[in-house]
Amino acid sequence: MANDISNRNLSPLSLHVPEPKFRPGDAVDYSDVEIQKAGDQARPDVSTKPAAMRDLAYDLIRVLDDDHKAVGPWDPKLDDDTLLKMLKTMAQLRAFDDRLHRQQRQGKTSFYMKSTGEEATSVAAAMALDAEDMCFPSYRQQGILFVRGYPMVDMVNQIFSNKADKLKGRQLPIMYSSTRLNFFTVSGNLTTQYPQAVGWAMASASKGDNRIAAVWCGEGSTAEGDFHAALTFAAVYNAPVIMNIVNNQWAISSFSGFAGAERTTFAARGVGYGIAALRVDGNDPLAVYAATQWAAERARTNQGPTVIEHFTYRADAHSTSDDPTAYRSAQEREEWPLGDPIMRLKRHLITRGVWSVEQQEALDVECVEAVKVAVKEAAKNGILGHGLHQPFETMFQDVFEEMPWHLREQADQADKERDIKWPS
Amino acid sequence: MAVMNMIEAINSGLDNMMERDDNVVIMGEDVGYFGGVFRATAGLQEKYGKTRCFDSPISECGIIGAAVGMGAYGLRPVPEIQFADYIYPGMDQLISEAARLRYRSAGEFIAPLTVRSPFGGGIFGGQTHSQSPEAMFTHVSGLKTVIPSTPYDAKGLLIAAIEDNDPVLFFEPKRIYNGPFTGYYDKPVEPWSKFDAAQVPEDYYRIELGKANIVREGDEVTVLAYGTMVHVARAVVEEHGINAEVIDLRTLVPLDIETIEASVKKTGRCLIVHEATRTSGFGAELSALVQERCFYHLEAPIERVTGFDTPYPHSLEWAYFPGPVRIGEALEKIVGELKS
Ligand SMILES: Cc1ncc(C[n+]2csc(CCOP(=O)(O)OP(=O)(O)O)c2C)c(N)n1
Ligand SMILES: [Mg+2]
Repeated sequence: MANDISNRNLSPLSLHVPEPKFRPGDAVDYSDVEIQKAGDQARPDVSTKPAAMRDLAYDLIRVLDDDHKAVGPWDPKLDDDTLLKMLKTMAQLRAFDDRLHRQQRQGKTSFYMKSTGEEATSVAAAMALDAEDMCFPSYRQQGILFVRGYPMVDMVNQIFSNKADKLKGRQLPIMYSSTRLNFFTVSGNLTTQYPQAVGWAMASASKGDNRIAAVWCGEGSTAEGDFHAALTFAAVYNAPVIMNIVNNQWAISSFSGFAGAERTTFAARGVGYGIAALRVDGNDPLAVYAATQWAAERARTNQGPTVIEHFTYRADAHSTSDDPTAYRSAQEREEWPLGDPIMRLKRHLITRGVWSVEQQEALDVECVEAVKVAVKEAAKNGILGHGLHQPFETMFQDVFEEMPWHLREQADQADKERDIKWPS
Repeated sequence: MAVMNMIEAINSGLDNMMERDDNVVIMGEDVGYFGGVFRATAGLQEKYGKTRCFDSPISECGIIGAAVGMGAYGLRPVPEIQFADYIYPGMDQLISEAARLRYRSAGEFIAPLTVRSPFGGGIFGGQTHSQSPEAMFTHVSGLKTVIPSTPYDAKGLLIAAIEDNDPVLFFEPKRIYNGPFTGYYDKPVEPWSKFDAAQVPEDYYRIELGKANIVREGDEVTVLAYGTMVHVARAVVEEHGINAEVIDLRTLVPLDIETIEASVKKTGRCLIVHEATRTSGFGAELSALVQERCFYHLEAPIERVTGFDTPYPHSLEWAYFPGPVRIGEALEKIVGELKS
C-alpha cells in the first residue's frame, strides 16, 4: 500500500544551488580554509593499501613551512641543481604565459590560456616523472613541455598557427602535441584524456613495460562522466596511472562547489573507488614533486593508480575570452592562503643560501628576453590571419591515413577557390 | 519594439517565458550568476532567482539527463550546452531518452526540453568551437531541430520551441550573434541594429516551428539555407545578379516541405547551402526530398554547397568556409544554361 504524503506534517523541500563565498567587490576572508601545518602529514610506504591511508585524501600534504624550510616526511630532499631547475622552469613558463597572452591581445593570434599560479602542478609533477612516462594533459599543462625541453619557438609557432606550426595550423593555440616528448595531443573536449590515460597505462601493464601514465584535469572537469569511467577502469585493472586533479577553485565562472567541493575534497573521489588518494598543497612545488614521486613509484611497482588533488588557485583569467572581474572578487588572488609557487620556491632557495633576490631579478629578465627571442623568431614564420600559411592540401591530410576520393575532390575544389579568392 | 542583436533577442525570449511560466528553468555551464559565456542568460538569475536559472556541473550528460528528469516532473527546462561541439557527452540522454520518452511510454512521459547551443564557425574557434552537428540530430526520430537566422526569428522560434512539448535542439549561429555575415571575413560586421530584423517586440510572440521563410523571392533558382548561410547565400545571389528565391528553412525537423516544393516547382532549380560537412549532411536529405517530389520540374541537377569533410581547421578557416566563391560557382553552374 502506498504511503500518503498529504497527512504527514512536512515542511516543503527546497533546491540547493551552491554559491561562492565572495563575489566582485567583496572583501575576502579565507580564515575558514583549513591549512594544515607543513610537515605534519604522514608518508605511508608506497605499498600501503588505499583503505589504510584514506586520511590523506582529506589532509593537505605540505613540505614548505612558513619559514620557507622544507620539513617533514614528504620532503623529497632534492639537490640544489634540481631545485634551481624547477625554479627556472616555472619562471620561464610564467614569462612565456604573460607574453603570449599579450600577443593575443595585440591581435597576433586568436586565443591563449595561462597557467599562472598553477605552475607547480605541471612543472614539479613532470620533473618527478621519467621522460618516457606518458602525459595526458588538459590545456593548462604547458609546464610539462617546458620540463621536457620543447623549444619555445615551436610553441609560439603553434600559437601563431604559422607555416612552421608542427600541427599545420589545425589546432586552436596551446593545444600542443608531441609524441617525441610523450605529451598526448590536447583535446578541447574536457576530460576525454582521463580514460585514455588509463587505457595507455593498461596497455603498458599488459605488455610488461615499466612506463606509467599521468593525466591532468581541472576540478570542474571531474564532473564529466569520462572522469568516473576512468577511475572505474583504473581501479578494476589496477592501472599504473597518476590521475591529477588541478583544483584551482574555478571553472570559468563556476566555483568548485559546482563540482561537489561543498561536500568533500576532490581527492576523496579516489576513496570511493578504492584508489590511493593524496591531497596536496598545489602551490608547494616540493609537495607536488613528492606526491608525484610517491605515486609514480607505486604505479611503477605494479601497485596501481593514485589520485592526486592539487589544491591551488587560478590566479588569472580562464582564457583570453574571459573576464574574471565579472564573477569573482579580485582580492581572492592576493589573499590566497597558500601563496604563489614561484615565490615560495624562491624563498626556500634563498633560505637555503643558494639563491638571492638579485639572482631572481636577473633570472626574470633573462626569461622575458628568451620569450621575446622565441616570439620574434616564430613571427618570421607568420602570424595568424596574415596570409595563408599552409598549403590547402594540408587541410585534407590526416583525416584518414589515405585520402579517399571525396576528400581528393574537395581538396581540388579548395585549390581552385584559392586561385580566385587569394590570387597570387 | 526594441532594437536587439541575436543574443539580446534570445535573452528576451527566455525572459518572457520565465515570466509567463514558473516551470521554465534554465541550467548549464556558467549560465547563472555570470549569464553565460555569450551572455544569453544575463540578468535572468538576478530576476528569477537561483533556482530558476543556475550553473551546472560540467557534465553535458548530467545537464541533459537532469533536464529529462525535470521535464518528467512537469518543468519545462531550457538547458544550455556551452558550445554545440560539447554536446556529445549528452548524446545518449538525447538520442535514447529525450527523443523516445513519449514513444516508449505511449505518451505517458514527455521530454518538453529545449536544448540551446551556439554552433557554427567563422570565429577562429578551431575544431572544438566551430562545428555544425545539426544532421546528427535531424537523423534521430523524436527530436526537433531549429536554427534561427535573425534576432526577430530567434526570439519567436525560441518561444515556440520552449512551448513545444517535445525535445527541441535550438542551434544558435554564433557567427551572426552581433550582425549578419555576408561571407567576406575581411569586411567589418555590420551590427544588427542596421537591419529590420533587429526590430524585436519586447513582449511575447511566437513563430511556429516547421515554417520556412522566403527571404527573397525569385524565379530562376531556389536556394535552401539556414542560420549564417542564409545571409551568405543571399549576398552571393545579389552579387551575381541572379533572380533566386532564397528560403530560410528555420526548422529542419519538422521541415516545411510545402514551401520548398512550391518554390522548386516554380524555379525548376535548386541549390542547397550549409556550413556543416557534406557527407550525410542535412543537404543530402534536402536533395533527396527535392528529387523525390520535384523531379519532373527540375531543369538542372540539384547542387549542394557545404563545408569540407574535415574537422574545422583553425588557420585555414576561411579556406574551409563555404563562402561566396563556392556558392557563386554552384549558382552559375545551375543557372548557366539559363543565361546563355
Ligand atoms: C565537454 C566540454 N564541455 C564544456 C567545455 C567548455 N569549457 C572549457 S574549459 C571549461 C572549464 C573547465 O574548468 P576546470 O575543469 O576547473 O579547468 P580549469 O579551466 O580551471 O583549468 C569549460 C566549461 C569543454 N571544453 N568541453
Ligand atoms: Mg578549475
